[in-house]
Amino acid sequence: MTNPQSGGQAHIVQLLSTRQDAALDRWTELAGATLRGRTTQTELRGELRELLSLTLASLEREDDTARSELRAVLADMSGRRARQNFTPKETAVAVFTLKQVVHELIEDADEDQAINEFVAFSRYVDDLGLLTFETYAATREQVIADQAEQLLELSTPVVKLWEGIVAVPLVGTLDSARTQVVMEALLQTLVDTGSESAVIDITGVPAVDTEVAQHLMKTIMAARLMGAECVISGIRPQIAQTIVALGIEFGDIVSKATLADALEYLLSRNGVRIVREVVG
Amino acid sequence: MSDVHEVRVGSSDDIVGIRKMVRTIAGDIRMSLVDQTKLVTAASELARNIVVHGGGGTVRIERLTGPTGRTGVRMIFSDEGPGISDVDLALTDGWSSGQGLGLGLPGSRRLVDEFELDTAVGRGTRITVTKWTR
Repeated sequence: MTNPQSGGQAHIVQLLSTRQDAALDRWTELAGATLRGRTTQTELRGELRELLSLTLASLEREDDTARSELRAVLADMSGRRARQNFTPKETAVAVFTLKQVVHELIEDADEDQAINEFVAFSRYVDDLGLLTFETYAATREQVIADQAEQLLELSTPVVKLWEGIVAVPLVGTLDSARTQVVMEALLQTLVDTGSESAVIDITGVPAVDTEVAQHLMKTIMAARLMGAECVISGIRPQIAQTIVALGIEFGDIVSKATLADALEYLLSRNGVRIVREVVG
Repeated sequence: MSDVHEVRVGSSDDIVGIRKMVRTIAGDIRMSLVDQTKLVTAASELARNIVVHGGGGTVRIERLTGPTGRTGVRMIFSDEGPGISDVDLALTDGWSSGQGLGLGLPGSRRLVDEFELDTAVGRGTRITVTKWTR
């Protein structure tokens, strides 16, 4: 079966292979111009040499192995650039400048047949260019997903307030995934620090709906099963009114206006009394 | 004023987007903080119903100006899910067909000024809610 993309590009292949070094020089120069020194000439030349020889192999031999290898190398290169914060343009330019290189070669050689082949060749390069965009976008998505996950871990610190008292300040939207992380972090810290009291501060939570409330209650129930007492703090007026209107009942769960009140309450439960010293 | 937004909801991530959009619109028309929070919470509940029970659907949010110059927000939640067979039961506090608290539907009704439920078994559900500024 003839490969529709490489079929009848013999002249271009011939031109490129006889003048491979000159083509590579020109390609490195063109591709390097937009990269503003973000990658060294030697490095770029090495990458392009590999791409060029694989392109030639896949055009020449109509060989599926060479084609898939070319696609793999190209995908790898685009992925690496995406991770190094190259722009999509800077990533794709390496591929698209090959067109200009070949065009100049054809003009120099003044070969009419090669000009006719240029349309097919151009389509072939466009195809490769699209592949770089696709890989670039996929890699960026992956980077964003990784960062979101890291943020999830970061956004749920459990802090020690006092001997035996820990606190989780919650900021932002509480969804199922996040609550799971919070619950695990809190329960683990209770064990690790031997604490018997915890404060869940929701000052930074913009809205409490039935799902968030249910997640909170489950966390508190789980902590109770481990023998720890949980207090909620930081319910702001608008959230309190919304909770009442929704009809959510927190039952016997203790709730305090501020984190300070919650700490004071838990300290007194632990037998610690705070006394202001009168000076003079 | 015709300021209409229509968004598809298919997952919990979309619900976060809707909450944000509703909060922005409610803030724009100078709704009080309490009413903003109530409206956002109602949007969150009803959008989640679409995701959990309706298998995805659409949310339409529009800014309203009443005859007396009062402003408000209307939200329409539609899905083509299984519909609700017993509306009275679904609007009863504490009754849930799923794992929830059973307060989403009746609670949302208390959070808004106007609440209209249109459903038929096998044809989906449409809930229209309106809240006016005070």
